[in-house]
Amino acid sequence: MESAAFVRTEMAAARPPPSMDMGPVGWMRQNLFSSWLNSILTILALLGIFFALVSAAPWLIQSSWTATSLNGCREAIAEAYGEGTHGACWAVIRERYLQMFYGFYPRDSYWRPNLALVMLFVALAPVLFTSLPRRMLWFSAVYPFLGLWLLWGGSFWIVISILFGFFVGYAVLTILMRMFGQLAGVVGGALAAVLYWVILTGTVADLLHAVIPLGIEPVESARFGGFMLSTTIGVTGIACSLPIGILLALGRKSDLLIVKSICVGFIEFVRGVPLITLLFVASTLLNIFMPPGTNFDLILRVVIMVTLFSSAYIAEVVRGGLASLPRGQYEAADALGLDYWKSMRLVVLPQALKVSIPGIVSTFIGLFKDTTLVSIIGLLDPLGLANAIRADANWNGIVWELYVFIAALFFVFCFAMSRYSMYLERKLQTGHN
Amino acid sequence: MEAEAVTSKEASSDSIAVQITGMNKWYGSFQVLIDINLTVYEGERIVICGPSGSGKSTLIRCINRLEEHQEGTIIVEGTELSSDLKNIDLIRSEVGMCFQHFNLFPHLSILDNCTLAPIWVRKTPRKEAEETAMYFLEKVKIPEQALKYPGQLSGGQQQRVAIARSLCMKPRIMLFDEPTSALDPEMIKEVLDTMIELAEEGMTMLCVTHEMGFARQVANRVIFMDEGQIVEQNEPEPFFGNPQNDRTKLFLSQILGH
Ligand SMILES: Nc1ncnc2c1ncn2[C@@H]1O[C@H](COP(=O)(O)OP(=O)(O)OP(=O)(O)O)[C@@H](O)[C@H]1O
Ligand SMILES: [Mg+2]
Repeated sequence: MESAAFVRTEMAAARPPPSMDMGPVGWMRQNLFSSWLNSILTILALLGIFFALVSAAPWLIQSSWTATSLNGCREAIAEAYGEGTHGACWAVIRERYLQMFYGFYPRDSYWRPNLALVMLFVALAPVLFTSLPRRMLWFSAVYPFLGLWLLWGGSFWIVISILFGFFVGYAVLTILMRMFGQLAGVVGGALAAVLYWVILTGTVADLLHAVIPLGIEPVESARFGGFMLSTTIGVTGIACSLPIGILLALGRKSDLLIVKSICVGFIEFVRGVPLITLLFVASTLLNIFMPPGTNFDLILRVVIMVTLFSSAYIAEVVRGGLASLPRGQYEAADALGLDYWKSMRLVVLPQALKVSIPGIVSTFIGLFKDTTLVSIIGLLDPLGLANAIRADANWNGIVWELYVFIAALFFVFCFAMSRYSMYLERKLQTGHN
Repeated sequence: MEAEAVTSKEASSDSIAVQITGMNKWYGSFQVLIDINLTVYEGERIVICGPSGSGKSTLIRCINRLEEHQEGTIIVEGTELSSDLKNIDLIRSEVGMCFQHFNLFPHLSILDNCTLAPIWVRKTPRKEAEETAMYFLEKVKIPEQALKYPGQLSGGQQQRVAIARSLCMKPRIMLFDEPTSALDPEMIKEVLDTMIELAEEGMTMLCVTHEMGFARQVANRVIFMDEGQIVEQNEPEPFFGNPQNDRTKLFLSQILGH
């Protein structure tokens, strides 16, 4: 019998981990055919993919790119691939893609939305990727004004005048803060800025414009359309709804009864109402409440509604993140002497938002796709344009091609957002909790 | 060891660090703390013990206002705790606290955990804050972990980081709420060693702990609590050698008996 006692005489050396490289056959055996059930599922899935490809491929490939009407397409396809062949009529995309992208935006000004889009990426880069120089954030801060000015045009002095409002607010804030303390400073500064924007921006801009005319051709909202419109509404909505949503979530958890009730009321109301009704309110009802003669841009009204709508959802997603933090985190921040806003900004929100990333990005993707609902109140987003094109005598009866095109473009945007959220989650991973 | 402990025990002065008079606290209709009177002098080390649910945590959490008391006064370093937010933040920056579950910030590196409050509350320049942080991390013997994240450290290491994080604020009082009860025996020793070192340097400390060896070695006074009241307090020698109250006797026999 072997003795239970054991004494190691020599310490074994550590070895490198065994090779995980098992070649393609090994990989397939492990991942696709590891059990009977797995093999059956693999085969069924392969069959499914095969049939989908076989039935869609001819339609996609045996197509016409050059015709000028649906009938032209059908004839060209019949001629090329034989009578009775079903093929896609991509010619409609070829003829109308500019409209799908820009709506009725003046052709000679296409460079403006193009430039705005390029600048959007430049502005987003430092926000999305922290490895880029922090100084680029200044451009991100100015971009919203610059981008909107490029799209709508008009006097450049409006941008300057609006930015000057921040300066006014900041100046009042510092002066009041020095004289009456923090609260008075913040309230006074905000009030001064808002008053300036409401009363003086236009006048100041007009005055400056009279002295030095500097501007580009204004483009009215009615000419906006296509993906440009979707992106404008979507990006503005996303950019505004995140901060509002976070504030609502914090408000909902606040000890201040009034703040809490307002936030809860707002969130529950907005979540309980379909977006469509909010859009109808934006397009028709709001005018009734406005003083007669005020011209409150329809796109702006829609953006406000979309923002409010998704900020309520963001608020709930963020609240979930806040609830997932152990109480000890709040206590540790308090015990170190951090005040409410600092502990939120430095300790609580970074963790809560990290947990909420998947939900936040889902909400953003939802918001972006929901921009297509504006076609119902008569704005010409891609879906609205598709309806208009289908009403054209030449293209009467065309369905699939337009919607496949729209779906593909939306998919690219939404998939990019989804991938970014996965990248962010991986990047923020720190240890096992 | 004994001689050293005795000399350091005499270090307490006459100025008062914490004074609690006639303090009562309720959770709803349940009274957790009943007529608490306690004076802690600068440089004193106080150990608080007692059965579970006796209100030990609640008592020390009242000192930095993590819990609010309803009656009586608490004066910390000359400032009375009231609902004035300025006073609360002031006191919290003078009073460090270590929790049972460490409560490090998992999204920040060890170094950033230690520099966060000095930079944002004390407005220390980052470079100086980092130097201070490294100094205290060296003191708790884990400078080499500075760039890791809390999730990558063992429990004992995390608790030592938590102590260093509090020390970076240069507090005048340290509160400990069962700092070792979530740890394995091996790690308990490394944390206790850190606390003993801190005590020998004359830090004012209030520790809730069941480590009676630690209490004997460093405490000036041991306080026994039961059902929300201070039942007995004494110097360690007579407290352990000759407890007066029956509850204390029972508690000590249970905790030391086996
Ligand atoms: N937030 C709360 N709401 C209501 N009751 C509470 C709350 N926190 C603690 N209590 C109660 O107050 C009493 C004292 O709790 P406390 O945590 O101070 O005890 P403790 O002495 O620290 O116990 P332990 O040794 O288990 O940590 C307990 O009966 C507990 O159930
Ligand atoms: Mg406790």
